[in-house]
Amino acid sequence: MAIDAATVRKVAHLARVAEPEDRLEALAQELNGILAWIEQLNEVDVQGVEPMTTAVEATQPLRDDAVTAGGDPARVLANAPKSADGFFIVPKVVE
Amino acid sequence: MTDVIAERESKVIQGRTGAWEIVIGLEVHAQVSSKSKLFSGAAVGFGAGPNEQVSLVDAAMPGMLPVLNRFCVEQAVRTGLGLKAQINRKSRFARKNYFYADLPQGYQISQFDEPIVGEGEVEVEREDGSFFTVRIERLHLEQDAGKLIHDLSPTESFVDLNRAGTALMEIVSRPDMRSAEEATAYVQKLRTILIYLGTCDGDMEKGNLRADVNVSVCRPGDYEKYRETGSFKHLGTRCEIKNVNSFRFMRAAVEYEARRQIEIIEDGGKVAQETRLFDPTKGETRSMRSKEEAHDYRYFPDPDLLPLVVEDAWIEEIKQSLPELPDDKRRRFISQYGLSSYDANVLISEQARADFYEKAASGRDAKLVANWTTNELLARLTKDGHDIEDSPVPPEHIAELVALIEDGTISSKIAKQVFDYVWAGEGSPKAVVEKHGLVQVTDTGAIETAIDQIMAANPDKVEAVKDKPQALGWFVGQVMKATGGKANPAAVNDILKAKLGV
Repeated sequence: MAIDAATVRKVAHLARVAEPEDRLEALAQELNGILAWIEQLNEVDVQGVEPMTTAVEATQPLRDDAVTAGGDPARVLANAPKSADGFFIVPKVVE
Repeated sequence: MTDVIAERESKVIQGRTGAWEIVIGLEVHAQVSSKSKLFSGAAVGFGAGPNEQVSLVDAAMPGMLPVLNRFCVEQAVRTGLGLKAQINRKSRFARKNYFYADLPQGYQISQFDEPIVGEGEVEVEREDGSFFTVRIERLHLEQDAGKLIHDLSPTESFVDLNRAGTALMEIVSRPDMRSAEEATAYVQKLRTILIYLGTCDGDMEKGNLRADVNVSVCRPGDYEKYRETGSFKHLGTRCEIKNVNSFRFMRAAVEYEARRQIEIIEDGGKVAQETRLFDPTKGETRSMRSKEEAHDYRYFPDPDLLPLVVEDAWIEEIKQSLPELPDDKRRRFISQYGLSSYDANVLISEQARADFYEKAASGRDAKLVANWTTNELLARLTKDGHDIEDSPVPPEHIAELVALIEDGTISSKIAKQVFDYVWAGEGSPKAVVEKHGLVQVTDTGAIETAIDQIMAANPDKVEAVKDKPQALGWFVGQVMKATGGKANPAAVNDILKAKLGV
């Protein structure tokens, strides 16, 4: 699959990454190179092989339903550029 | 016994170019009744101060990792079993990517192509007593977002993450509802099931149960083609309406949206597939343009979480702990107590009502107890804004009242009076009957004396009733008056008829 400048522009916007217009074409080339490289994996026959999610056999750990965190708004807000009365404050978002 | 599944009933809307039908599918978000969040140990609750129920995981601080709440998984499985749905032994969490100020992670942890619960179904009763089936497509677990407050500043939004990370079950139906009434009936039924199961408290006012409504319109006959073939090409383009958080709004939103779409099509336009917001003050829906680009969610398996495996033994354990579900209870009430479908439905709509009824009905005339519970008690509770849990009249008193009617101590008419005294806190029905001297007069001697006096005082009426037997009612009234309403009505009737020769 080939990526063009328009796709790069869209993906960059969705990821909120600022990419100047004159970089888009070069980035598309780079990404195409990476994808082509990864596509070599398609040469391996994986029919009947379960997708591997971890290198070591492991199951999803589960925790009990108990309150063990929270109750410290000051800590949560410590890095916020702006906060007041316990709230994060951000530029106006509509809807 | 099985319920009769009636033909689906579509509401027909007359447009300028002919008839249209509505097709509705629902995505219901039910908050899991857990103490802590889906992936963090922060508390879940209503009314805490801003950001007081936020862990560093919920705030998406770098390096924080989610750990799944066992209880939430169990509630999802429990709900799936209650919806007669397939439980997937293996499921997976995925990241749904979008940027918004209420979502600090930049993605919502949800489930995409491998949800924990697969296909199921819900049997729903319409207002007229007929039934229809809504197919469930899936149920998956996901995180809720935080809350934004816009009215504290003209240029800024305030963010409270208390709700961020709270566990939700998203229950997705097939487009099986054909009117706003069917859609609300489905949500009501789903709510009852969730409350029975204890997996969600169903509190819509607090937003613990919310619905996104998918609405489209089609020509008569097209829906049937969709059901035959399974192909959506027979249906119209749908719009998803958000912010529908009450039954009343749901009706208004569906009706407005259907008419809007019909007008677009009849004017030669095309309905755009989009997310719309219901505005309760204006009673209309409007486009949420801000959400449009967000539809490119770029789902992928969340690398922070391993696939979720639910062992058969666990599922079996949950199955064993399921309560009797509303449908089973309704059928049992009809067969065991001989109740009408309507009465049974009223009684099973809340577990507490059903429990109250069964306590009161034990050893008594079950139908009579049902009448007193639904007609008198529930009506009074509703009027005074009580729940059955805090009813001033306990089930034992309803049972005692019915016992007094059964053995002829009091008439049904007097029983209403007795009920009033019991409601007012004067004590048990027996105590009230004694205290106020309400025992029914079955002593025929006393009744005869009263009748003789009335006949002697009203010779003209005695003559008149011979030609007009319906005038007997006047005599019955007089006897009741003379005995303070305590005379046994059947005895009064019999003796009057004999004495008056009618």
